[in-house]
Amino acid sequence: MRAPVSWIREYADLPADVPVEELAARLTALGLKLEAIERPGHDVTGPLVVGRVLTMEPEPQKNGKTINWCTVDVGDANGTGEPQGIVCGAHNFTVGDLVVVVLPGGVLPGGFDISERKTYGHLSAGMICSTRELGLGDDHEGILVLPANAGEPGDDVFELLRLRDEVIEFEINPDRAYALSLRGVSREAALAYGVAFHDPALRDTPPADDKGYPVVVDDPEGCPVFVARTVSGFDPTAPTPDWMARRLLLCGQRSISLAVDVTNYVMLELGRPIHGYDADKLSGPIRVRRAGEGERLTTLDGVDRELSIEDLVVCDDSGIIGLGGVMGGQTTEMSNTTTRVLIEAAHWDSRSMFRTGRRHKLTSEAGKRNERGVDPTICEAAADRVAELLVEWGGGTIEPGVTVVGHPPEPRTVTIPIDLPARVTGMDIASDTTIANLEAVGCEVDVAADTLTATVPPWRPDLEDPFDLVEEVARIVGYEDVPSVLPQAPAGGGLTPEQALRRRAGRTLAGEGYVEVLSFPFVGEADFDRLGLDGDDPRRTALRLANPLSNEEPLMTTTLLPGLLRSVSRNISRGTTDLALFETSPVTFPRDGVAAPILPVDRPPTKQEWEELNRAIPDQPLHLAFAASGDRDRGGWWGKGRAAGWSDVIQTARVLTDAFGLELSARASTLAPWHPGRCAELFLGETSIGHAGELHPKVCRAFGVPPRTSVAEIDLDLLISRAVRVPKAPGFSSYPVAKEDVALVVPEDLPAGTLAATLLEGAGPLCESVRLFDVYTGPQAGEGRKSLAFALRFRAPDRTLTEKETAAARAAAVALAEQRHGAQQRS
Amino acid sequence: MSGPNSEYDPVQVTPLDEEHVNAMRRQALAAIAAATDLDALKQVRAEHAGDRSPLALANREIGALPPQARKDAGQRVGQTRGAVSQALAVRQAELEVEAEARMLVEETVDVTLPWDRTTKGARHPITMLSERIADVFVAMGWEVAEGPLVEAEWLNFDALNLGPDHPARTMQDTFWTEPPENHLVLRTHTSPVQARTMITRTPPIYVVCPGRVFRTDEYDATHSPMFHQVEGLVIDEGISMAHLKGTLDHFAEAIFGPGITTRFRPSYFPFTEPSAEVDLRCFVCRGQSPAVEDCRTCKGEGWIEWGGCGVVNPRVLTACGVDKDRYTGFAFGMGIDRTLMFRHGVADLRDMFEGDVRFSTAFGAEL
Repeated sequence: MRAPVSWIREYADLPADVPVEELAARLTALGLKLEAIERPGHDVTGPLVVGRVLTMEPEPQKNGKTINWCTVDVGDANGTGEPQGIVCGAHNFTVGDLVVVVLPGGVLPGGFDISERKTYGHLSAGMICSTRELGLGDDHEGILVLPANAGEPGDDVFELLRLRDEVIEFEINPDRAYALSLRGVSREAALAYGVAFHDPALRDTPPADDKGYPVVVDDPEGCPVFVARTVSGFDPTAPTPDWMARRLLLCGQRSISLAVDVTNYVMLELGRPIHGYDADKLSGPIRVRRAGEGERLTTLDGVDRELSIEDLVVCDDSGIIGLGGVMGGQTTEMSNTTTRVLIEAAHWDSRSMFRTGRRHKLTSEAGKRNERGVDPTICEAAADRVAELLVEWGGGTIEPGVTVVGHPPEPRTVTIPIDLPARVTGMDIASDTTIANLEAVGCEVDVAADTLTATVPPWRPDLEDPFDLVEEVARIVGYEDVPSVLPQAPAGGGLTPEQALRRRAGRTLAGEGYVEVLSFPFVGEADFDRLGLDGDDPRRTALRLANPLSNEEPLMTTTLLPGLLRSVSRNISRGTTDLALFETSPVTFPRDGVAAPILPVDRPPTKQEWEELNRAIPDQPLHLAFAASGDRDRGGWWGKGRAAGWSDVIQTARVLTDAFGLELSARASTLAPWHPGRCAELFLGETSIGHAGELHPKVCRAFGVPPRTSVAEIDLDLLISRAVRVPKAPGFSSYPVAKEDVALVVPEDLPAGTLAATLLEGAGPLCESVRLFDVYTGPQAGEGRKSLAFALRFRAPDRTLTEKETAAARAAAVALAEQRHGAQQRS
Repeated sequence: MSGPNSEYDPVQVTPLDEEHVNAMRRQALAAIAAATDLDALKQVRAEHAGDRSPLALANREIGALPPQARKDAGQRVGQTRGAVSQALAVRQAELEVEAEARMLVEETVDVTLPWDRTTKGARHPITMLSERIADVFVAMGWEVAEGPLVEAEWLNFDALNLGPDHPARTMQDTFWTEPPENHLVLRTHTSPVQARTMITRTPPIYVVCPGRVFRTDEYDATHSPMFHQVEGLVIDEGISMAHLKGTLDHFAEAIFGPGITTRFRPSYFPFTEPSAEVDLRCFVCRGQSPAVEDCRTCKGEGWIEWGGCGVVNPRVLTACGVDKDRYTGFAFGMGIDRTLMFRHGVADLRDMFEGDVRFSTAFGAEL
């Protein structure tokens, strides 16, 4: 909402010397939030004066234009009193007209300096200004011709045209719809300074009668009040007065025609949207009803709309002529031939207005006010004001007859304990203050013992509950007076184990050299294609957004890999090639056909309702994904580097599970998007928690990441649920260790992990560890075979092992490997 | 070693005479002194004190002497061997010191050589700031509450006094999901977590909820469809706006330093009444004139818009099963991304979501 300070001052007796910044600050403190302050006209400097055109000689030019060589009386403003010679390109004036002249030395909006200059063979000393050149409007068809009684040559134009003003732009919260008008803003300004407020809606209006235009309201709930007045003999060519056009412009609205401008002006003044009909295009009585099934209307914006049975419509005998309170129809639109205007000032049900506006995606100045709630008692005053202005500036007469259908709802009352504002705000607010402040916002207050009953003013439909009154009292006392008191919470339990463990996961990954990224969870089918997921892969079943930002990415992702790979690719394109990234985020697995109920709000959900609601919430397990690309160990002066690969991400998974006190086992797996021969499924015992390995080359190409990029994705919730919360201290032997190496030749496809497990099992309880230290495949191992070398460590808890004992354990390990896998000991 | 000499031969006993022994001592000591490194000394040790050295051989002859001569010769050779052995030890120590000193010089390295073998890991500053904020509240005895990102429409809106026809519902540009009859949205604020907490717990409630939220904002330097909020909720007996102010002042000082407090401006949120906007005293200029005029952080305002807050609307208490006659509460919420932006001078919000490793690694291990 934009409010010119000069307009505010018409209704609020503000002290003359109040700076605009202070006014804006005080209004902000009351709840009308300052967005911006503008100072139109303050970039214009004089001399800018009234001039009378004494002579004008049209002079055709070679370029086809005709210019006027004029002499203009500017009084003493030029210091000589002599007529001023000025070249002017416009033609919409004649000798004797009063015009606006900027003399050399003046500056027009936009830093346009005026000086004497030679042009078209004359010395032009100044300029005759158009509305646009003065920053007063859009009109640049010709120069601004002032009314004959506007003033005398040489008079200062700044005052005359109110060229300089200050405009405060407010961000109005939805509860303060009354402040979407100068009436409302001025009321608050008066409140801010404790000065008198002159309500522009207070006017004597003629009583309703049955001589006005016939109106029938079928739906008094949707349209409680409908007022109609008619003006006839109106001159459709009459211009909008400059001051009105100026004010509309300052409020952000373009001047269109007098009739339209007047309705907009009164809406800004009083907050009540007005609709004007070309009365000659109406046929028969006006009827307000809900639309029927399948009915249509072409609104003023030229859109043909299918209406809903919930839409409130205005009809005449021809059918629907407007979407009540939101937008009129084309058939009865006022035009440049309209001479008879029917003024509609109606009060509409705000809920219906909101629904209609949303349904038809229609936002209008009228709709904005109607859906937030307008004072229902000012329809007659608003219609009367429109009629007055139309006749004053457009001629014609107000037809006798005042149609008023319906009546405003009874005023609402709200009762509160008188100390409620003090209790809720923690401020020291006396009862007298509470009463005075409620009266200041327009309530009538009745006090009975410890309670207070406020009759809410009609322009405040937002005041419904006791706490609404608390806010009114508090904002006038001033929020800056709220004391600062720290509340004492009962002793808390700190982070839950899950919350603490989540932090541990991130810290572990960061410690391993991985950088955390945050990606949007939006993906498209194409991402699943790039990952090479099968048609029936469960990860393709994703929750779809109804209104995605991009049609390419309408799904809530089921895997963190697309986002992570995009980050890998982005880093590489920005020149970082050795990368280790991780992300922790929930993924979404929708539930089929389960709807979340819309529950009542006047009571809490029942246990059953609550369970039903939660059943509908998609499964959103927290995932952890990480990726490594480029060198994991960079080369340098110390020697060669080592490229990141499948083993790095599996190892990172091990480090991670180790941080949770768990032992990870990896088993060969084939799952997209991984390389079929380089993918491990990760297990805790028999529970699979995810996959890790090298990406399929196709996937690397599809995402634009380097070959061999390796990734892992883990269900972190699952991992956390398994975490060892209270690790047991180890018991270990302090007797010497006995070491034995074993090299075994086995079939090439035997997993090393399996063989290691066999050795550990075969070696028995004396073996404390089996570590693979060499893998050899080559001619000496034989075709289809490989040699794996292990270091075994033996130790007893209670004695030093003898060589014999160690040798026996080693032999047992080898024997089991021979028996189970056909392993041959390498000599 | 040597037993009595069976074949007594006076000629071979010559080495035991005094002159001869002294000569061996002189030669040995001279050789020891002449050894310039540990290897040379080792050689000298073998030559003059080893098993085949003249002194060792002489010593072996002692047994061959007649008894009356044995004592003299034994003393003479023993003293000489002792002197040689001591000289060797002294020289050994000297040379070891020299050798270590030389080694230390020779082993000097260029410590400016880079060591960037491994990539630097980092958590995201949003994560770290969220934790830091949560810790401020946990330290006061609050708990951290959580909820799903894809949330029931009822919890995101209706339960929070944002009915289907509430004008404020259009202010929140919501991502809706298919099919619409399932009534699921991407939560537009962390407030549904508050509703969940009220529904599932009994007061007193002191919770803080940091989390990710979504709105259909176009992505630019200051807007993102995904961002992060932290909300706080207190439900207890006798709670007032004063407690809200006290909490936010403490929060502000904990994150921005002593003296950085808050101010309230009247505002509107459906879930709170009265409602207020929270401004933070600018932690750069501290609202102190004249620094404030040029302050780029607060743009000369002296205050920074931080978030919204208010007294929990009793309608919300009703929908969430809290006895509104017994309890009052307050709630507040602010953007974590926005807080990170002004606290750390992040110029472009998009830096947070593009995964450029240069961003996260710049913030260290904790915030």
